[in-house]
Amino acid sequence: MRVLVCVKRVPAPGARIVLNDDHRSVDATLLGFTVSPHEECAVEEGVRIAEQHGGSVTVLTLGPAEAEEQIRTAFAVGVDEGVRIDAGPDDPDPMATARAVASTVAGLEAAGGTFDLILFGNESADAGGYQVGIRVAHALGRQIVSGVKAIEVGNGSISVQRPTATGVEVYELPLPAAAAVKEGINLPRYPTLKTRLSAKKKPVEVVEATPEPGGQRMIELIAPPEDTSTVDILGTGSEAAGAVVDVIERMVSL
Amino acid sequence: MSILVYLVEHDRGTIAETTLGGMRAARDLAAAAGLALHVAVPGATGDGLVDEIARHGPEVVHQLHHELLDDYGPLAWAAALSQVADSLAATAIAATGTDRGNEVMAHVGALRDVAMVANCLTVTPEGDEWEMLRVRWGGSLHERTALAGDFKLVTFAPHVHEAEPAAGPAVVSRFTPLLDASHGVTVVRQRTETASGVTLATAPVVVSGGRGVGGPEGFEPLEALAARLGGVVGCSRVATNNGWRPHSDQVGQTGTVVAPDLYIACGISGAVQHWVGMMNAKHVLAINTDAQAPMVTKADWAVIGDLATIVPAILAEIERRHG
Repeated sequence: MRVLVCVKRVPAPGARIVLNDDHRSVDATLLGFTVSPHEECAVEEGVRIAEQHGGSVTVLTLGPAEAEEQIRTAFAVGVDEGVRIDAGPDDPDPMATARAVASTVAGLEAAGGTFDLILFGNESADAGGYQVGIRVAHALGRQIVSGVKAIEVGNGSISVQRPTATGVEVYELPLPAAAAVKEGINLPRYPTLKTRLSAKKKPVEVVEATPEPGGQRMIELIAPPEDTSTVDILGTGSEAAGAVVDVIERMVSL
Repeated sequence: MSILVYLVEHDRGTIAETTLGGMRAARDLAAAAGLALHVAVPGATGDGLVDEIARHGPEVVHQLHHELLDDYGPLAWAAALSQVADSLAATAIAATGTDRGNEVMAHVGALRDVAMVANCLTVTPEGDEWEMLRVRWGGSLHERTALAGDFKLVTFAPHVHEAEPAAGPAVVSRFTPLLDASHGVTVVRQRTETASGVTLATAPVVVSGGRGVGGPEGFEPLEALAARLGGVVGCSRVATNNGWRPHSDQVGQTGTVVAPDLYIACGISGAVQHWVGMMNAKHVLAINTDAQAPMVTKADWAVIGDLATIVPAILAEIERRHG
């Protein structure tokens, strides 16, 4: 299996998101960066599939030079190759992102062979456009299912599962295929000091792209009004139990 | 008058909980943009929904009939929706931004190579461009965005718009899309039903545990309290990542989004990832050792201290009063 996993570098917010003065980006001076949790699991899933069925895993990101940090984290958990698309300083819109990713994947496939499986996160943690993976799959002629929480590799096909409120749905896709996965599909491994060190030495291929923009244009980001109500502290320790039950009795019939 | 087509989401005849709310948003948008509101119901399995939908003000209800539409399949649904829009010379399609709604609309966007804006709170037509306020970071940040193009695709953030009945002609029409086997590849093949009773997404009370619970055994009193209150147990991402609870219990941006009457957060600090999954809870009670934790300061009520003694004390007090 030749597997490709697409990831996006995003800030790792703590308890509060602060905007920069231009109202177009998140103030990340005090934040670390990561990939979306869905994508972290997509990387793990790709590595597990290659471990079980043989093959290799390539990780692809579109972002600034700093996004190589996320590629190196992927190297440290078992990814073999890394490619970064440089599309300039601004985050492209979803259509432009998909165009740049699709043309880059086509180039990688022309050089190194078809990817049997392309994995995406269901949606990015920051922009949440819910579409880049689907657009890329269409551009490359692959079938895709989103919301995937289990993948089983069969002979020339994959079976994928997606949870519903009361159970799971099963889909069957012929290879080559694509899937947009969700956190919970696996529990990602942690890199070790040793794998982190060796990940530093691996080369990252850089591809430049200037995709044509799509019809969606971000104007500005807005922090929603904060809840200014004040908390009612019912007490400290187990002595507060009576006050807690007074409150619960107002909402739940016991 | 040009047309806006709204997707009626249903699962083999059971209407999606958020669909009528989104339909109200679609109706308001159609009125503001000078468009007629038509709705499309994929599959003959959805035929029984016509009466209910008709009470929410559509001009026309299109029943999309094809055997590949009877069960859910993102590509088949998208192709049928796009084709009915073409047959009407419609200029926009809308849906609600559920997992399926966003998925189908992204496929429509890919099929037509036009933009799709997901999870809008408001949409304001400004001539040829529409301006929208949309959700980012699961709702902890909003984005003002502009959508250009002759054919527009939007989804409305779920649980934001209240359904409101309205009179309308609700003419019923039938449409047969042209679909082939390639559209049917991603139709659901089989399913297994596992859950019964109250689910996390719909429980009236959620008793949730995070880092402060300390381990899998620490959830036992939370289970007991949830059972006593007719609710279920949830957890934070920390609890899942440590292997203390299954991911299906996780509340948050990448887990389940809940809106119970009462959310009891035990030992959860309140990071953005978790907060956006429960911020629509009607009431929040936080139990935490740290009085400055964001979950405590944002809660309606809080108890400061160790949940391992407080939760059993609450249970004992309920038993003392109610037996």
